[in-house]
Amino acid sequence: MAYTLNINGVNHAVDVDEATPLLWVLRDVLDMKGTKFGCGSGLCGACTVHLNGVAVRACSTPVSGVGTAAISTIEGMAEHPVGKKVQDAWLEIDVAQCGYCQAGQIMSATALLAQTPKPTDADIDAHMSGNICRCATYNRIRTAIKLAAGETKGA
Amino acid sequence: MNAIRSKVSRRMFLKASAVTGGGLMLSFSVPAFAALGPTEATLNAYVRIAADGIVTIAAKNPEVGQGIKTSLPMIIAEELDVDWKNVRIEMAAVDGDKYGVQSAGGSTSIPRNWDTLRRVGAAGRQMLVSAAAKTLKVPASELTTSGGNVIHAASKRSLSYGALAATAATVPVPDLKTVALKDPTAFKIIGQRTKDIDGPKIVTGQPLFGIDVSVPGMLYAVYEKCPVFGGTVASANLDEVKAMPGVRHAFIVAGTLAPGEVNLGAGLAGGVAIVADTWWQAKTARGKLRVEWKEPASKSQSSVGFAARAAELAKQKPELSVRTDGDVDAALKGAAKVITASYSYPFLAHAAMEPQNATAHFKDGKVEIWVPSQNPAAGRAQAAKALGMDEKDVLVHMIRGGGGFGRRLTCEFMAEAAWISREAGVPVKLLWTREDDMRHDHYRPGGFHTLTAGIDASGKLIALRDHFQTYGSDGKFANSANLGADIFPAEFVPNLDYSASFMPLGTPTGPMRAPRSNALAMVFQSFLDEVAHAAGRDPLEFHLELLSEHRAKSPTPLPFDSARMSAVLKLVTEKAGWGKRELPKGTGMGLAYYFSHSGYVAHVAEVTVTPDVPLSVNAVKINKVWAVADVGSHIVNPSGAENQMQGAVLDGIAQVMGQEITIARGSTVQGNFDTYTALRMKQAAPVEVHFLLSNNPPTGLGEPALPPTLPAIANAIFAASGQRLRDIPLNKSIRGTAAV
Repeated sequence: MAYTLNINGVNHAVDVDEATPLLWVLRDVLDMKGTKFGCGSGLCGACTVHLNGVAVRACSTPVSGVGTAAISTIEGMAEHPVGKKVQDAWLEIDVAQCGYCQAGQIMSATALLAQTPKPTDADIDAHMSGNICRCATYNRIRTAIKLAAGETKGA
Repeated sequence: MNAIRSKVSRRMFLKASAVTGGGLMLSFSVPAFAALGPTEATLNAYVRIAADGIVTIAAKNPEVGQGIKTSLPMIIAEELDVDWKNVRIEMAAVDGDKYGVQSAGGSTSIPRNWDTLRRVGAAGRQMLVSAAAKTLKVPASELTTSGGNVIHAASKRSLSYGALAATAATVPVPDLKTVALKDPTAFKIIGQRTKDIDGPKIVTGQPLFGIDVSVPGMLYAVYEKCPVFGGTVASANLDEVKAMPGVRHAFIVAGTLAPGEVNLGAGLAGGVAIVADTWWQAKTARGKLRVEWKEPASKSQSSVGFAARAAELAKQKPELSVRTDGDVDAALKGAAKVITASYSYPFLAHAAMEPQNATAHFKDGKVEIWVPSQNPAAGRAQAAKALGMDEKDVLVHMIRGGGGFGRRLTCEFMAEAAWISREAGVPVKLLWTREDDMRHDHYRPGGFHTLTAGIDASGKLIALRDHFQTYGSDGKFANSANLGADIFPAEFVPNLDYSASFMPLGTPTGPMRAPRSNALAMVFQSFLDEVAHAAGRDPLEFHLELLSEHRAKSPTPLPFDSARMSAVLKLVTEKAGWGKRELPKGTGMGLAYYFSHSGYVAHVAEVTVTPDVPLSVNAVKINKVWAVADVGSHIVNPSGAENQMQGAVLDGIAQVMGQEITIARGSTVQGNFDTYTALRMKQAAPVEVHFLLSNNPPTGLGEPALPPTLPAIANAIFAASGQRLRDIPLNKSIRGTAAV
């Protein structure tokens, strides 16, 4: 099936089976490797992207379900007003250990801050608990979200 | 508990050359360190300097999140005396002759390389100074260096390293053993909070990990193996699979393992390979695959069966004596109080976020492999052996790994990818599913302990016995399932008896972050807390007394300095306000400490337990953990070190709260994060980290902060609620022998 996907503001024509998850269209058809495969079942959040600004799991989103929705991925966050702040905060706090889950964490954090510019700890817990960091950089993720939200550095 | 001494490797390669060359360009560039830019000069196997002063340093060891790709080059840069902002880092080639041991295991990277890499950097600096002496025609003794420049103060002249590099590459290479090192008080890079070198790529989603590797013409592979370890393929419906969209190849791999062999490092396990145009097509076709397996006898094994067998063994005479000091029976007879308890812990999967993968290109009798590995040389040997090839015909590229935790010390997927590439005749990326990853691990072995202690009238521990029911056979422990004779409190209790009994196991076990210690700390540090409470003593006071009486056994006393441990214990309890803070009812503090991988670590946990309900994950809230480590005289990168400490503590919290792999019908039950729970944001307690610097050589931090976490939590739960957690995890599905 032929689909036109709007990714980070650019249209991409792809021809894939309708059941193909968006994750594998991004990674293996369009060679956008930033979105990561972790569990394949929407359990870990490593593949988080935005559809019209809402965080979704690309591993469990069939390409046929995307339609005309605007897709944002980690590769587009440098151009995203909130995403850029989140990326900068992640670097400032030196969040990553292995770094594999962090694209998904940044996508979830950006969606949170776009909707809730000054999140409470409870907001962060609720919104970020779908993203697993096996290295457990959670203390720093929380600090970085607060930094991106314009709060002081200390968590 | 091996002490690690730093020394200059005999295999240290230090040869100057100034040549140009090019690397293989792929869509995902994997530079081999030898590939020189046009204006670059090589000072040694680790250092290249370009005319513009940019210094490129080889990161010799695999990076899997422990931060070593940043911290080892920091050591070289320090002695080379360059500005960190002018440093670029590249992964080294896998080359033991040049770089010695290149593995990420046992928290050994810092202790093994600290002294050597300082000398590598200092040798490079000395070559630049020699080049400047030649150029300026002044004695080298009149020259100093700073921030990538050689300075002749007397004539107020200075030359940049960039300008000197080509000449420096031609001067004699100094002897590493005698090269002059900096006074540590002058360090400018070591000890500074330094950001992970790959941070910018990580936050922008650039290709970086093994799973991101692309090779032109590459196809994608999945590989199905028998759910019962050691099983092989009898038959499979390959024709049906081959008819699926995108499938190019589907074939049976007989494998190279001897019957009954389950060690992941032993060779190539049999299975069915499917190769397709995209990974999704390969995985979808796998959904149609039907395999008839030849299953080994271990298909009758189960976690329920092991728990029952351990309970039987606990009542019998132990099979193996591990250590006997004094006379435990006599001491228990004369004891004022005897304390008994049983503990158990489960199998654990590593569950790194990046599922196992390898990309292989077999061509003209040689194979090139790109892999996120913790031990690439071992994986190369395994792949070469499985394919019947010479190791020199297997070229391996180290790629950043999305977590390791010990799983990637064995990389059988390298042999799998190489085999599939050879048979399919194309480059392939083999990527496991999460379920493959969880069900084909070498697990942290579970275990069962029956403990007895005796205290005298003054509340002093006078006797300790542990009968360990573990996995293995013929008196031999399964991998990472052993109890060492040196495990604390050995040598601190006059009458002590460690013994073991064995259960044969058809599931592979192996190292996982702080192997053995990650389980034994929970058992011994929890039980000692029980003893302290039974004696009516404050655990801190009890432990400081215990640690003060080291009955060192000559001629080989343990490489354990109890004064260092007492110091970290004192500092962590001070930071936590132990005994000083008024805690609300239902809130309590627990302490624990452990020595592993040459590191001395102590934690205090503060926990609130909901009253009047059974102990459960939902009833326990971890408010905070204080963590203190003594890993020697320097923390190379305090930012990375703090991150490792926090991560290790939270990893330990995940284990004590909810992680458990169970076995049924000889196979692993859990396959994904729905049933194997990972720690999530809402459970991540704040972790306050402090380092106690001591006058000892620096040692590693990837592991030693994990073990004491579990007992610190369990001891805090007891302090808060009076309930003792002896079977972990808290949400355990299969009960062990413990009386709860």
